Parts: sequence; C-alpha cells; structure tokens
Amino acid sequence: MKRKGQATVSDVTVPTVSRGYLWKKDWQRNKTLYALFIPVLVFYIVFQYGPMMGLIISFKEYKPSKGFFKSPWVGLKNFKDFFTNPFFKRVLLNTIKISVTNLIFSFPMPIILALLISELRSKAYSRIVQTISYIPHFISIVVIVSIMMDLTSRDGAIVSFLSHFGFKKVTMLNEPKYFLPLYVISGIWQNIGWNSIIYLSALLAIDAELYEAAKIDGAGKFRQLTSVTLPCLLPTIVVMLILQVGKSFNVGYEKILLMYNPLTYEVADVISTYVYREGLLNMNWSYSTAVGLFNSVVSFALVWATNKISQKVSGSGLW
Amino acid sequence: MKNKNTSVVIKSKKVKRSVGENIFQIVNIVLCGLLCLAILLPVLNIVFASFSDPVEVMKHQGLFLRPIKPTLVAYQYVAKNPNIVTGYMNTIFIVVVGTSLNIVLTLIGAYVLSRKNAMLVKFFTLMIVFTMYFQGGTIPFYLVVHSLKLTGKVWSLIFPVAINTFNLIVMRTAMASVPDSLPESAMIDGAGHVRTLFSIMAPLTKATIAVITLYYAVYHWNSWFNAMIFLRKKSQYPLQLILREILIQDETASTGGIDALAMASDTIKYATIVVATVPILCIYPFLQRYFVKGVMVGAVKG
Repeated sequence: MKRKGQATVSDVTVPTVSRGYLWKKDWQRNKTLYALFIPVLVFYIVFQYGPMMGLIISFKEYKPSKGFFKSPWVGLKNFKDFFTNPFFKRVLLNTIKISVTNLIFSFPMPIILALLISELRSKAYSRIVQTISYIPHFISIVVIVSIMMDLTSRDGAIVSFLSHFGFKKVTMLNEPKYFLPLYVISGIWQNIGWNSIIYLSALLAIDAELYEAAKIDGAGKFRQLTSVTLPCLLPTIVVMLILQVGKSFNVGYEKILLMYNPLTYEVADVISTYVYREGLLNMNWSYSTAVGLFNSVVSFALVWATNKISQKVSGSGLW
Repeated sequence: MKNKNTSVVIKSKKVKRSVGENIFQIVNIVLCGLLCLAILLPVLNIVFASFSDPVEVMKHQGLFLRPIKPTLVAYQYVAKNPNIVTGYMNTIFIVVVGTSLNIVLTLIGAYVLSRKNAMLVKFFTLMIVFTMYFQGGTIPFYLVVHSLKLTGKVWSLIFPVAINTFNLIVMRTAMASVPDSLPESAMIDGAGHVRTLFSIMAPLTKATIAVITLYYAVYHWNSWFNAMIFLRKKSQYPLQLILREILIQDETASTGGIDALAMASDTIKYATIVVATVPILCIYPFLQRYFVKGVMVGAVKG
C-alpha cells in the first residue's frame, strides 16, 4: 500500500525519474550510512534470524554428526510426537494456568500503585515510595528465588509467622499447591514498582484542564477517576496488556527453572522448561525445537489476536 | 504516547478539601507505607542476618529487624571463597566489555534507524521490530551459538546478546526527536556519519544513553541462564551462576553437619546475597530521574 503511494507521489512531482534512479541516488547519498549499519545487521542476521532459520530442524531429524543440511527430513513427526506425548497436556495446561493467573493478579497491580502514588499530596513521600518500590527490579532472579526459599522454608519467617494461625510447618516450595501463589506473589513483589513507572508518566501527561472541567461539572474524585483518568490511561494499558499477553506464553521460565523441583513438576512444568529439559539436557534437538516453535507460534498468534481485539474495542493497538 | 514536552502539572492547588478526601489521603499514605514495608523487610532481613552471629541466626525465628551480636565473620568466609572471587571478576569483565559493546552497537543502530530519508531504513526497522514478536527460541539459539564455536567461551555471554531490540528502539526514538537540522548542518560542515553520531547525537541524547547503559549493565550483572547453557568450566562462571550453586542447589543438601562452616552456612548465604546485590543497587538511585524517559511505551510503537 505504502509502495504504491510513494510511486504515485514521485510520478506526480518528478514524472521522469524511475524507481531505479531513486534507489541509485539513495545508494550514492547514503552508502556510508549503510556501511555503518553492517555490524548491527550482522548481529540481527546471525543471532536473531539465524535461530529462525534453525527452526527448520523441527521438520528434520537433526543429528549433530550429520549437520544441519544432511539431517533427513521427517515432516511433521516431531509435532505429532509432542501432541501425542502425555507431557503435552501437562505443560500446556500449566502454561495457560500460570500465565492467566499471573495476568489477572499481576497486571492491575502497577496501575493501582500508580494511581495511589499520583494521589499522594506530599511529593517527598511519593518519591520515597517510588524509590523503594523500584528496588526489587534490580535484584537478580537467582537472589529473589533464594530469598523466597529462605522465607518459605520449614523454619523460614513466613512459615513460622503463619504457624501461629495453625499453618502446618512445611517447606512451601516442595508443596505443589503453594507453587502458583508463590510464583505470582513474588512476581508482583519484584515488578509492581517498576511497571508502575510507565503509568505514572502517562498520568502526568493528562491535561490538568480536563480535571478542572470535570470539577466545574460537579464530578467528585471517583467520577474524575472513571471519566477522566481511566479513559486517558486506556491506550497505555492496552499497549502494556498486549505486550504482556505476548510474553505470557514464555512464562518466566528462568524463574520456574530456579523455583521448581521434582516434587512440584506436575504444577510447575511449562512448555519452555520442558523445551529446556528435552533439548539441552536430553539433547532431543529436533523434538524440542518443534515444541519451542509451537510455543512461539502460539504467543505470536496471541499478540496478533489481542491487538485485533483491542483495535476493535478501544481503537488503539500496537500496529 | 504523545507526552513529549508535557510539563509536570500540579493537579490541584485548592486548599479546602472535603473530609472524604482527607480520609482517602490517610488511607493512601498507609497503603503505600505498607507496600514499602513489604518490599523492604525481606531485603533488610537478609542484610541484618548477614551481619549477625551464625549461632544466633540458627536459633532465630522470624525476620531480623536488626543485626544480633553484630559480626563480620560471614563476610570473611565469603572473601575466602575462591569461586565467589572468580565469579566477581568474571561478572565485572562481562559487564564492562558487554555493556560497552551494547552501547556502541545500539548507538550505531539507533542513529541509522533514525535517519528517515534513507530508503533502506524502513526495511531495516521492520526487520528489527519483527524480532520482538517472533523468535527462534532457546534450542536453535543454542545451536547457532554452538556452531559458531562460542560455547565454552566468555564471548558467548557477550556477542549473542550484543543488542537488545527494546533498548535499540528506545534509543532510536530519542535520536529521532533531535531536530533534523542539527545532524544535517554537521554533515554540511563536513562531518561524517561517525563524527555526527558521536559528537552531535550522543551528547544530545545522553539521558537516554545513561538509562540504557543501566539496563544493559543490570542485565549482564543479573543474567545466569546463558552462562548455564554455554559455559563449561567453573573458573568461567559469572557471579550469578556461583550464587545459584551456593544458594539454590545447596538449599536442600545443607542440612546436617555441625562444624563451624556448616553452622555459618546460612549466614554465609546471606552475606553472599548482599555482596552480589549491593553494587547494582548503589548505582540506580543516581539514574532514577531518567527512568521515565527510558521506559516510554511510545517507543515500542515502531
């Protein structure tokens, strides 16, 4: 569509020049610029598009000894193997369960925090709250998981506190039923402050005149929230939601790898941790690539669908 | 979003406030205070416990609200642990070299992508933004790095992550907001693209550069997964991977044994956490005021 538009514009303004001429002119003018870009281009071709090409091995029976090209084609065998594998149901359901729960509970938290911080009258206090709430974002996931393990172990602070209320003294991370709550809560703990920044900046950008007008029309605080603040925040919320949905099928597998153990596999094992175990530990290269491709395709489809829906519903989206 | 150049607006200057508003304000202050406590207590607990006497740490139940019988004994063990020392050195190397490469490539990429009048730029942008939504995945990524003979080398933690697309787009947005006349007049004065980038564009976007430098440095400091899959020798391990061995894999095994080291093991863990986390926490407050600029979503909308 754009290409057509461009052609007509150039046809109208300079009717004699051809596209080839334009490209040649562009090349002469910008070749040093393009030369500068080569290292970036090489990075993207090798480390981003290289793995995408590598996805081809999910249709092959890849053997490192035979190499990428000589390994035999097997069609959809790897995908069939995955869909008929008893693990398929488990990892798919866990992925959906963990990502949906996470989305429902984690996503609104930073929005609420941003609204609260923006309503604080004392600027100094609001700065302190912000500074403190950003801290966990900078702590590594290894440390976060180990802090969580320490607090929720048999003698940990959280367990001994809860034991006053009749809670059984157990190592919580060895119990399947506590895995999901701990995963979600620690995620909120780590990200609530950092993710609120984006909403805070969107809140600051709302025109004060809108609030003035709402007040003159007799709107109270709550009415201002529903009629001014939230509509103005909506585009930001939508974009963040789409991005979050896109990430959701790649649920924080680094964190799960650190958190889970054979006792909790049944609730904690997700597609990406399964890919890691099958591929890098068991060296089923083609099979695990097929599983990974399934995961990538589903997350891409989710982003595309969310984007479509949000364009229909709210008129704003990613593209 | 379209919030460029919007000045910070103070919402209401009215002095008179209703009772309801005052109650809400108090509730709000309390809620924010509770959140701060919930965030700080687990962190301070680790810090205080690391300075406490190992015997007290074993006996103690609940959170540490202050160090008990303060001592540095755990830190002495940490300093003597050769793995932690080499891990520290490896991590510092990766952070310094990796982040430098990140910044140079990101600046170059952002500069080129912000030159809208070059015809190939649109194609480059599309090609780069696409990688944000679709990726090859872990296994092909591993195989690519492996086939380049990078596995087992520290460079496997640097080259394959030489550019983060999100940071690149943020940087490009910052450069695109510089008026075109500035780089153009530099070019007319005879400066080449490299010179224009580093002496005109970079100084004008230094706030954003500061933020993405922090992002990259934090990423390198905290990452462990690539190191786990690419590295073979313990002498190459970065700090986080050493931490994982000490803190998480040991977690179930460290029961039993009553010698001094075993008794101090919990305290040593706490001290290790502090040693590994403090450096990164020290730099971020200085950059905090730039964060809002850095995380603009508007940037994502290619």
